[in-house]
Amino acid sequence: MITAIAPPRENYLTHEYGIKSWLLTQDHKRIALLYLGAISFFFFLGGIFATIIRLELLTPPGDLVSSQTYNKLFSLHGIIMIFLFMIPSIPATLGNFLVPMMIGCKDLAFPKINLLSWYIFMAGGALILYAMLRGGVDTGWTFYVPFSTSYANTYVILTAVGIFIAGFSSILTGLNFIVTIHRMRAPGLTWFRLPLFIWSMYATSVIQVLGTPVIAVTLLLVAVERGFHIGIFDPALGGDPVLFQHLFWFYSHPAVYIMVLPGMGVISELVSVYSRKRVFGYKFVAFSSVAIAVLGFLVWGHHMFVSSQSVYASLIFSFLSFMVAVPSAIKVFNWTATLYKGSISYDTPMLYAFGFIGLFTIGGLTGTFLATLGFDVHVTDTYFVVAHFHYIMVGGTMMAYLGGLHYWWPKITGRMYHEGWAKLSALVVFLGFNLTFFPQFIMGYLGMPRRYHAYPPEFQVYHVLSTAGASVLAVGYLIPAIYFIWAMRYGQPAPDNPWGATGLEWQTSSPPPPENFEITPVVTQEAYDYSILEEMTVG
Amino acid sequence: MANHTLALRHQFDDVDQQKDASTFGMWLFLATEVLFFGGMFCCYTVYRSLYPAAFGAASNHLSVIWGGVSTAVLICSSYFMACSVNSAASGRKNALITYLVLTILFAATFLVIEMSEWHNLYTEGMMPGFNFTFHEGDFRHVQLFYCMYFSMTGLHASHVTVGIGILTVLLIRAARGVFSPQYHTPVEVSGLYWHFVDLVWIYLFPLYYLVARHVHAG
Amino acid sequence: MSEHIVTKKQYAHVFVILLILTLTTSWAAYFDLGKLNVVVALVIATIKASLVVLFFMHVYWQTKLTKLVVVSGVAWLALLLWLTLTDIVSRGWLPFPGK
Repeated sequence: MITAIAPPRENYLTHEYGIKSWLLTQDHKRIALLYLGAISFFFFLGGIFATIIRLELLTPPGDLVSSQTYNKLFSLHGIIMIFLFMIPSIPATLGNFLVPMMIGCKDLAFPKINLLSWYIFMAGGALILYAMLRGGVDTGWTFYVPFSTSYANTYVILTAVGIFIAGFSSILTGLNFIVTIHRMRAPGLTWFRLPLFIWSMYATSVIQVLGTPVIAVTLLLVAVERGFHIGIFDPALGGDPVLFQHLFWFYSHPAVYIMVLPGMGVISELVSVYSRKRVFGYKFVAFSSVAIAVLGFLVWGHHMFVSSQSVYASLIFSFLSFMVAVPSAIKVFNWTATLYKGSISYDTPMLYAFGFIGLFTIGGLTGTFLATLGFDVHVTDTYFVVAHFHYIMVGGTMMAYLGGLHYWWPKITGRMYHEGWAKLSALVVFLGFNLTFFPQFIMGYLGMPRRYHAYPPEFQVYHVLSTAGASVLAVGYLIPAIYFIWAMRYGQPAPDNPWGATGLEWQTSSPPPPENFEITPVVTQEAYDYSILEEMTVG
Repeated sequence: MANHTLALRHQFDDVDQQKDASTFGMWLFLATEVLFFGGMFCCYTVYRSLYPAAFGAASNHLSVIWGGVSTAVLICSSYFMACSVNSAASGRKNALITYLVLTILFAATFLVIEMSEWHNLYTEGMMPGFNFTFHEGDFRHVQLFYCMYFSMTGLHASHVTVGIGILTVLLIRAARGVFSPQYHTPVEVSGLYWHFVDLVWIYLFPLYYLVARHVHAG
Repeated sequence: MSEHIVTKKQYAHVFVILLILTLTTSWAAYFDLGKLNVVVALVIATIKASLVVLFFMHVYWQTKLTKLVVVSGVAWLALLLWLTLTDIVSRGWLPFPGK
């Protein structure tokens, strides 16, 4: 199946050299790598904050850092991980690289805007970093009023404006993807022949375009209220702080789906290729992405059950929240059904896919616990919630991101990574993750509140387990960083289609030429039709 | 022909695809803008439904006449924009330039009226954060009304200002003869943006100047 | 999305209607119609907005896709208002403070 290695063709990495050719590039593949560099930096920065948090929590008294510093640490951990890592993670790197390649076109519809979004993202990131160096922010990533507008004594406005700016990068990326997917598909590539990754990127983009502006304007209002000392949300000045929470969660709940939907798209690709079967119930999986995007906008009030939101609104939001479980479950069941009687191979990306399916299921099911009004009141603002969303974001999205990075790494760099190390680190990540976050479910249920830097001694055993797990997890993230960098230079040259996959991105060279395809591909069959590949190999 | 093959960027197969993509992109951007202003409209709706009396009292400080005049001015500007697109599409360069100039002039007039209104409110002590001296009745929520008023009209005015910038660039390019019946997408796309700015004001005008006037305490 | 050049005459008609509606809505504001004031003002604003969207912005002649984008923008705004208002309106229905 693997063809002899052709003489080196000109590819997107080699056809131009020098810093300028990178910083002024309009090539979606290079922009994806610019994002990859930036978000990796932010990931490690956010990871450092997490490390200090976990070290502080090793012992019951607050002995490593002061409570003021601790507040800044968890705020910055949240802000950096969510706005500067998770939201752009899969869309801006893998999405940027793959959307045009998967639909068989030369570039996104608006390459200049694509580059502009990277600069906007960097400007927002720089502002947040500047605020951090000046002394940081201690409001939590949620910026709840009136604390953030009237009482906090930290750099709220700078940070809020940084997030405001970074938000526009997200909007423009989403806009670019929607236009590209509608207008630039290769001849014959109908909607139901699209890879499921494209469907999930499309759904994600819809959320980015319709949700992000609301948080932008909300943070703007927070900055205005704080800057001019006028009342918009502060009850002492006549405002309504619960209204802030409505506006904030109108974006920030769908934002969870901005983070996890692309991950689901990656998993659909991985599960199909490593079991060599068409994804079971293709149309259901495709439409469940759209359903998640739409339903995701109807449930934000479940973050506000104890906020003095009216009980009637809480009832409605609770009911609607359960509905999101339906499309999410469709995905999990269909991935599992795809595995049934498949010819499964346990390559590294598939290990991450297995990790995702299991951990996302736990994260999703505990989500339905939290949608239950009575239970939620008991565990609100405890580690149960912390564990729940880390199961979705770290156990889900992060697993999918790493799985996707491994899967497309040969295409992106033209080199293979070391399979043995990769399998080992997938295992380490899985074990480390569970050791870190599973004890948090238990201590949360027992009443350990989140965002406290000191706690009663009876919780120590769980915190020690969690910190130990975090150390393992850190090792699990460092190993790939090392062998990926190593592979860029010393890895085996990758064939064009190392996994025997069907997507259009595998039908061009690795790494791809600057124009992606030498001739525009014409699509004549549905996605994931492995019989065609087998015929080609036999013939 | 040569003119528009030059303008075709490499990622597109043909000019129609490129034109469609630009227009569609602008529509999506406007959908974003709807939600961007939407957050503030939501605040307005909530506060008005909670404090109708204070909003009524506050609204009576705004001049219906000047609100109406600025609405009319902005509608004129929008109309001339529509005419600009029409002239560009039919290749009449001089008409295009004239209409663009008119669009810009009316936009600038709108801003002048708005600034003078803001200045009046400032001198009357109705500008929260700068000069707010109103202390009758439920003055806190009157202040809330004006916080929302200045935030929303301020955001709108910033969009008008950006619009004037875009229109000026269009005017320069039109004078250089860049646009033709084959290639005038920038005029069309900027037109969409400009009409959107008008749309926002079409709602701001009744919400702030009109609907609350007769709501009294109770 | 074939191009449709709208005639100047059509624009002029829409323009005149818009100005008349602006005048009407300002005039109506001077009468105390009770709750109807809000209705009248918003209905007129919506008619004006629809005219601008349909004719000045050419949506009347546009593809279904463009119409879908317009409808989604408005629908999402409606969603934001509707679900937020479910909270605001139903506050105080229960005889406990804050519920």
